[in-house]
Amino acid sequence: MKKEYLKIDDINGPLIQIDGVDDVFYGEVVDIKEKASGQMRKGKVIKIDGETVTIQVFQSTSGLSSNNAKTTFTGEAMEIPVSEEMLGRVFNGIGEPIDNGGEIYSEDTRNINGMPINPMSRQYPRNFIQTGISSIDVLTTLIRGQKLPIFSGNGLSHNELAAQIVRQAKITGEGEDFAIVFCAIGVKHDDEKFFRKTFEDAGVMDHVVMYVNYADDPVAERTTAPRAALTTAEYLAFDKGMNVLVVMSDITAYAEALREISSAREEVPSRKGYPGYMYSDLASLYERAGMLKDKKGSITFLPILTMPNDDITHPIPDLTGFITEGQVVLGRDLEQRSIYPPIDILPSLSRLMKDGIGEGYTREDHQDLANQLFAAYSRVQEVRDLSQIMGEDDLSETDKSYMKFGREFEKRFLNQEFDENRTIEESLDLGWELLSILPVTELDRLSPKLIDKYLPKTVYGTGDLRADLKKAQETMDEEVKDVKKGDKKLEKAEKDAPNIEYEVS
Amino acid sequence: MNGAHRKQDIPEAVVIPETENAAKAETSAEEKPYVSDKLETAPDGEMVPAGKTEAKDEEETLTPDEVLTKKDLKREKAEKAKRVNGVITGINGPVVTGTGMANFKMREMVMVGDKKLIGEVIILDGDIGTIQVYEETEGLRTGEPILSTGNPLSVKLGPGMLKNMFDGIQRPLAKIKEKSPIFIPEGIGLMSLDEETEWETHIKVKVGDKLTPGQIYATVPETLMVEHKLMVPPDVSGEVIEAEADGKYNIEHTVVKIKDQDGNIKELKLYQEWPIRTPRPSAMRLEPTKPLITGQRIIDTFFPIAKGGTAAIPGGFGTGKTMTQHQLAKWSDADIIIYIGCGERGNEMTEVIEDFPKLIDPRSGKSIMERTVMIANTSNMPVAAREASIYTGITMAEYFRDMGYDVAIMADSTSRWAEALREISGRLEEMPAEEGYPAYLSSRIAEFYERGGAVKSLSGEDGSISIIGAVSPAGGDFSEPVTENTKRFVNTFLGLDKNLAYARHYPAINWLSSYSGYMKTLGEWYEDNVAEDAVDLRNKMLDLLFQESKLQEMVMLIGEEALPDDQRWVIDISKLLRVGFLQQNAFDKEDTYVPMEKQYKMLKLIDHLYEKGLEGLKKGIPTSVMKNPEIENDIIKMKYTIPNKDLSGIDKIQDRIDRFFDDLNRKYSS
Ligand SMILES: Nc1ncnc2c1ncn2[C@@H]1O[C@H](COP(=O)(O)OP(=O)(O)OP(=O)(O)O)[C@@H](O)[C@H]1O
Ligand SMILES: [Mg+2]
Repeated sequence: MKKEYLKIDDINGPLIQIDGVDDVFYGEVVDIKEKASGQMRKGKVIKIDGETVTIQVFQSTSGLSSNNAKTTFTGEAMEIPVSEEMLGRVFNGIGEPIDNGGEIYSEDTRNINGMPINPMSRQYPRNFIQTGISSIDVLTTLIRGQKLPIFSGNGLSHNELAAQIVRQAKITGEGEDFAIVFCAIGVKHDDEKFFRKTFEDAGVMDHVVMYVNYADDPVAERTTAPRAALTTAEYLAFDKGMNVLVVMSDITAYAEALREISSAREEVPSRKGYPGYMYSDLASLYERAGMLKDKKGSITFLPILTMPNDDITHPIPDLTGFITEGQVVLGRDLEQRSIYPPIDILPSLSRLMKDGIGEGYTREDHQDLANQLFAAYSRVQEVRDLSQIMGEDDLSETDKSYMKFGREFEKRFLNQEFDENRTIEESLDLGWELLSILPVTELDRLSPKLIDKYLPKTVYGTGDLRADLKKAQETMDEEVKDVKKGDKKLEKAEKDAPNIEYEVS
Repeated sequence: MNGAHRKQDIPEAVVIPETENAAKAETSAEEKPYVSDKLETAPDGEMVPAGKTEAKDEEETLTPDEVLTKKDLKREKAEKAKRVNGVITGINGPVVTGTGMANFKMREMVMVGDKKLIGEVIILDGDIGTIQVYEETEGLRTGEPILSTGNPLSVKLGPGMLKNMFDGIQRPLAKIKEKSPIFIPEGIGLMSLDEETEWETHIKVKVGDKLTPGQIYATVPETLMVEHKLMVPPDVSGEVIEAEADGKYNIEHTVVKIKDQDGNIKELKLYQEWPIRTPRPSAMRLEPTKPLITGQRIIDTFFPIAKGGTAAIPGGFGTGKTMTQHQLAKWSDADIIIYIGCGERGNEMTEVIEDFPKLIDPRSGKSIMERTVMIANTSNMPVAAREASIYTGITMAEYFRDMGYDVAIMADSTSRWAEALREISGRLEEMPAEEGYPAYLSSRIAEFYERGGAVKSLSGEDGSISIIGAVSPAGGDFSEPVTENTKRFVNTFLGLDKNLAYARHYPAINWLSSYSGYMKTLGEWYEDNVAEDAVDLRNKMLDLLFQESKLQEMVMLIGEEALPDDQRWVIDISKLLRVGFLQQNAFDKEDTYVPMEKQYKMLKLIDHLYEKGLEGLKKGIPTSVMKNPEIENDIIKMKYTIPNKDLSGIDKIQDRIDRFFDDLNRKYSS
């Protein structure tokens, strides 16, 4: 029998407290019905102390008073029904349909909190996902089953980047099914529209499940929305064998909701007022990504967060970085210089790329090339600092070449069109081409073998591709009598400097 | 099953730590009934759906003996319900409070609620007890029972730990997977070492032998690499009155019986139990005199960890703590590795399971898995078990140490453990000290690291535990409480640097801020085993790096070109040190592990070039001329090009240097 209580003893932000309650369980869902209006709210038991029960209410508590509502303990945990019918549908933060498509009927219900995956059941993710974005594919490679957040800042183009990934990423292998779970947490209506349009334009809307909590929706629902979304993702991935991409924005709004609830509970705060358990709490979301040994599907997780004040040491990005398998960091400086996507590669990292790239996955030179590009670009930052003081003209020749490399790298490698989809080979070759700007002695992360094989300048050793080509032409002119030989040279030149578009002046 | 709740199966020999010991002896008779009760309700840790326990038990066919005990139990159960079961009165995350707990003991393991979640009593105040629960508490109700087990949270120590992965309270994850294929549900009950496996056992004692604490009574070749030695528990001794012949036995089999001074009979099986929060005793502490060779240049050469030493690896996210810990777990010359994934990523543990079996230990030629025990309590697993995982790990380490092994234990990350303390402390509404951490943070950290060390064991064997703890400071700021407190209790400090990591200088261990307090005590070892001048060379090169960092500040103001030649030479050589020596590629077959001899020769070669240059400078040869890109390239690449097995290539580079400088000298003297 369900028990009803007519009195609320304390209301404090999203929390209410009821005394004299017995026989409820920790985590039990409650229905709170405002007597006059009939308005329903949902909540969950988050603390039991003798007969006093603390309930977190998922909707706003404004309007509730100590005796204008009836609280019913439902005897159920926070569960949602799951089924493939959810594809193409839109839900609110507590998993209720909001698209007029009717209820989801399913025998199969799941507790939205999920359960920890046994590490023995996991499969270590190793499959490269090509996103068509050079800076991601080469330097912070996305792996199927990875949790890779985008660390952004207010007003930076994280939405565009996420949309481009959604459109271009090849998350499935041959003949496999895919789904996208999109979870909006405290976002503006515009942002949600932007994503919806992206999915529509890409023609994938019927593969998408959306959970939406707008900026003006109840704060407490922000803590359930991502859990409902991930529960759905788990179902689609591990029950239905789909490769699922989960995009979630904005984790910052989630963490703020957590802080609000924690402070209402008068808990001892940790850094910047965020609760001491925020690490574990975030982990209970992020760790739901992955792949399993005995199952087909996968959950690849792209959470987006905006760093308050662009500060990467703020607890939200900080704790996230400690849990996720790397991060893609956007830089305001790049954005201001109109570089899209404005990925600041130095603090960016993909921890799983080491096992998902190289021979048999992408190309043998990938790891070393990436290391060299990182090392060189990091040197660029130092040289730029130096040039600030001394002026570029007074730099050494080597340092000048770094300045040039830095500019070209940003203009041609980082920067690309919103709809430009580069193959991994194109991106890798572009990396090599840019490295040829530097003296070969600076390439200390690359083996002589790789340099021989991939560095464009090795054809004629001029250090500049155009000059190389010119020299090739000259050589051929000299040998013009021996046409066959000339052809061979040309062939070799083309083979050694592949996939790069150039004009011979 | 994990000890305590199966009282009748526990060998009498099981030792309860000093403090609890006396109390234990007095109460054990009256404890028996409730303890036995656990056997009935959760046979062999099998998952028993809540509420269905009774029914299930009725259906089982029982032997006459069992029927008897069952009857007894029924009767006593009714009585006991009044006597010792507590009742849940409050639930707040992993913290549960109960009443009716006057007869419970502090730090006792308990079963909470109908699902029999495993918990530990952490506060007793008259009738009211507070319990930290090692499993998810959602679904618990007030009014549900709290069952006493009478014993402290313990681990079973015996064959079956190696090559295995356990959760924070020693439940094997493979067995959990058999019961629940993907996720770890709550209420799966207790389980620990496998009871089925029959181990080849060699009995080392015979009837009439007098056994003392710590003495080895049998050995089991547990894996290809490790001989498991069964030791008389620390406070047991007596004369052997029965001993099995060599043979194959499971861990529950009594292989030796002894009679102590007072005529009590003690049964020795293939395992013993030990409460995780109590350090295992040893005969005496020894000073560490040997380094833990890790094959990582910056550690072995510059900031060594002693066998029996303590080290901390602090660093912001993504700076390389886990990579470094994995490298140490893979390549250290320890006999036993205990790897604790404490509140970190599930995939990192999966990686260990997938990769370690394939890696070959350079010394024994066997798979490194053969000597490894893994404990995984990932970030999404219950936070209280995270707190316990550290103790479970160190207790296992002490047990192997007592056999005379050199054990290395990696805890990744101790910060997550500290945070678990903080979270539980917060739920208890304790007065917080710094950043919400409890005031006892520092003493807990100290106690943990103090369980490391080199010792003479009770049986007279030399063993050691080296502890290497990762620390994850919030915001990468080393002035936070966990890093600060850890620094006080460890001797090797390997500080990871964000900027090095950004530049992909790996391992990103900052050579300016790191230190090793073992350099002095280990000096002799290096001089005897590596080279007469090993320590001097190390100091000299470290000094160069210090000079360089000062010079780099100047460079940022005036540019490198403006520096005098001798200073530019320091900068040039330091670059070779950084790129050629300090940077080490964990993903390269050759470079991932480098023997001491090669480390020394590499460093010596760089020194050789440095010295040649100094001579050159005296003769007025400009640095720009002495800089030879080909030689530099040879030095930078020697980690890849010169195989660990054949170091003759280093001599060739040295010849090349000599020839180059001979040429220069000729040019400049004429
Ligand atoms: N010695 C190394 N050799 C090569 N790569 C390394 C090395 N150390 C770290 N890395 C690179 O840095 C990445 C992050 O390292 P790691 O996972 O060890 O960081 P961490 O300090 O444990 O971070 P967190 O605190 O978030 O767990 C690795 O995935 C790898 O790409
Ligand atoms: Mg780590």
